[in-house]
Amino acid sequence: MKLKLTTLALGALMMAGPAMADLVFPDLSYRTGPYAAGGIPFSDGYNDYFTLINERDGGIGGIKARVVECETGYNTEKGVECYESTKGEGALIYQPLSTGITYQLIPKVTADGIPLHTMGYGRTSAANGKVFSNVFNYPANYWDGASGVINYLLEENTGDIKGKKVALVYHNSAYGKEPIRTLEELSKKHGFELSLLPVDHPGQEQKSQWLQIRRDRPDYVVMWGWGVMNQVGVQEAANIRFPMENFIGVWWSGAEHDVIPAGAKADGYKAITFHNVGRDFPVFDDVQTYVVDKGLAAGAGDQIGNVLYNRGFYAAMLAVEAAKKAQEIHGVADINPAMMRDGMEALEITQEIMTELGMPSFGPSFSVSCENHGGPGLVGMTQWDAETQTWSMISGFNPTDSEVIGALVAEDSAAYAAEANIEERCN
Amino acid sequence: MFYREAGDFKLSYVEDSQTFPIRFDRYRYFAVLAVAYGVIPFFVNDYWVNAILLPFLIYAIAAIGLNILVGYCGQVSLGTGGFMAVGAYACYKLMTAFPDVSMFIHVLLAGGVTALVCVLFGLPSLRIKGFYLAVATLAAQFFLVWLFNRVPWFYNYSASGQINAPERDVFGILVTGPNAPAWATYMFCLIFLTFCAVIARNLTRGTQGRTWMAIRDMDIAAEIIGVSPLKAKMTAFAVSGFFVGISGALFFSVYLGAVEVGEVFGINKSFLVLFMVIIGGLGSIFGSFAGAAFLVLLPVVLKVVGVDMLGWPTDIVAHFQLVIVGALIVTFLILEPHGLAQLWRVAKEKLRLWPFPH
Repeated sequence: MKLKLTTLALGALMMAGPAMADLVFPDLSYRTGPYAAGGIPFSDGYNDYFTLINERDGGIGGIKARVVECETGYNTEKGVECYESTKGEGALIYQPLSTGITYQLIPKVTADGIPLHTMGYGRTSAANGKVFSNVFNYPANYWDGASGVINYLLEENTGDIKGKKVALVYHNSAYGKEPIRTLEELSKKHGFELSLLPVDHPGQEQKSQWLQIRRDRPDYVVMWGWGVMNQVGVQEAANIRFPMENFIGVWWSGAEHDVIPAGAKADGYKAITFHNVGRDFPVFDDVQTYVVDKGLAAGAGDQIGNVLYNRGFYAAMLAVEAAKKAQEIHGVADINPAMMRDGMEALEITQEIMTELGMPSFGPSFSVSCENHGGPGLVGMTQWDAETQTWSMISGFNPTDSEVIGALVAEDSAAYAAEANIEERCN
Repeated sequence: MFYREAGDFKLSYVEDSQTFPIRFDRYRYFAVLAVAYGVIPFFVNDYWVNAILLPFLIYAIAAIGLNILVGYCGQVSLGTGGFMAVGAYACYKLMTAFPDVSMFIHVLLAGGVTALVCVLFGLPSLRIKGFYLAVATLAAQFFLVWLFNRVPWFYNYSASGQINAPERDVFGILVTGPNAPAWATYMFCLIFLTFCAVIARNLTRGTQGRTWMAIRDMDIAAEIIGVSPLKAKMTAFAVSGFFVGISGALFFSVYLGAVEVGEVFGINKSFLVLFMVIIGGLGSIFGSFAGAAFLVLLPVVLKVVGVDMLGWPTDIVAHFQLVIVGALIVTFLILEPHGLAQLWRVAKEKLRLWPFPH
């Protein structure tokens, strides 16, 4: 008890820091633990974009952005600790990069009035802005990803995948279970056979799942993995000589570190995406000049142009654009979380804006509204070339099955609204 | 000087057999209670409650539960995470099925359900001991997590398999959900901790605790003098399950608010609570508190010192945390195999003689 009290006093002393007049962007990152391989590049990209904005443009609307990094280790308890310790500093937006932490933060941020942006992860039905006032998941969500994969297969098979067998290898958690409902609906609609193969955390043990794939011989395998599960999945697919071009990952299963360990055998592996890949964008020259050359790069600084680095970069870009929008709407530079939320709800990303930022075609064009927090859900396909060790887009950003997804979003968000006693907004 | 029996005369049997027979000890206990109930609730904010106090209170309940089983009755269990999950899911099902019932009742019932499950998985302890029992409880851990992941009824058929705590109140004051005030969640858990600690302390002081300890020290001898191993072991599993279930229910409903069973109640949780018991001190209620405080506070303190004060990169601090916590555990176990509780006892002895140790 005495130990507790002294640490209480010690901590209280540290908590009472001065109030800063910065725009605070917490980065709940994970550079340790089984999912660090994905967490590091994302966090580096997120940090570097804010550094770039500070160094090149002098901040957002003249006010410097400050990134407060907090290590979660993909652990929900540490996520809570990070959220509580950073929210007092005037955090404008949270991007936890973890579906588990997202589920915890959804009610908390709504109560605290802070926006939460879960880009391509989290609770899919948060796309319904009528129910989820403070949660955004533009430009695309899991169900867009699932539908995008099926659309791609339809295109490959000239519109008919009746009787084809599709196996879903998924992380046995909230994250991995998300696409199942959509895929089941789509399988009814298009007549393909769906089989489900769960892989338990952390995903190193997949022998039996791939043995089953070898026996059932599905035409396509879709993977919903994260962290070490991806590398193992690609390696196992290579081991049973599953044709890589018929193996499609979600965007969390399509980064360099997922495929490099399998070497040349991973050639042709595909992954769906909602933003562009590679480093052929003018903005990365600025990153080199203003961030890397000045020695300000986050982490080891070796991740620039990686798929997940780009995603973190893109996430930060969307946050900065939303902050600019908020400044514009409210006419003040020093915005608060509520204003940031308004900015996100009014966000519009066009090709002109992206070109202006030196990121032409980096993502799809989209706009957010009060009702729709999820954007139009445009997704594209990328493919791995093992020889040049690069991912490249093999399709444009195409629309997904909004009919099926819209119905599911409405159903799931209505269930949440009933559970949490939420009245619909935007009426 | 402190903790002296001298001059502390007992005039009745009741006085003689009270929990804290030494006057100084008793006052210290009341002082701690007074601070915990009368001072802290007025000063806490969200950060203190959610990051430090709630995990400490809840882990302390779990540690008391496990200590009864491992420390007092000598039955090694690696299923704590799974049993906490039972408490959490029982609480969730009750909360959603009977929204108007007070949370106190839900949490107690969740503890009761866990006690039943715990007894069921404790049955093998009648035939197997030691490491073999550890393996049997390990099976419970994996089975329970698998069950809650597998059967949609437990998570009310939600798409993601997560369970979310809806807003529930106690006498009109919210204790779960995001709008619950910090002091209310703190008080709610504190009341349960006090309740559990008082029950555990009194159980272990009486006949029941003595039969458990007899079984722990030598089961054959205990049986010969008339202790029923069936009764002793099953009650230990039941009481332990009750406390662990309460902690699981609070962990889910009050602390986290949303739970994914594999991540939150995995094997790591079982080990964490077991470490708390071992570091705190086997067979000591105070040890359960000390162990929980140690393992909850240390990472937070290291983070505050490393990241906020020294400004080190977060990943370095996270790695250092593992090294330092590991090293401290090893050091503690070498220097004081009986845990923090023994350090406390030694300190009390020293204080008693201070400042004239001869």
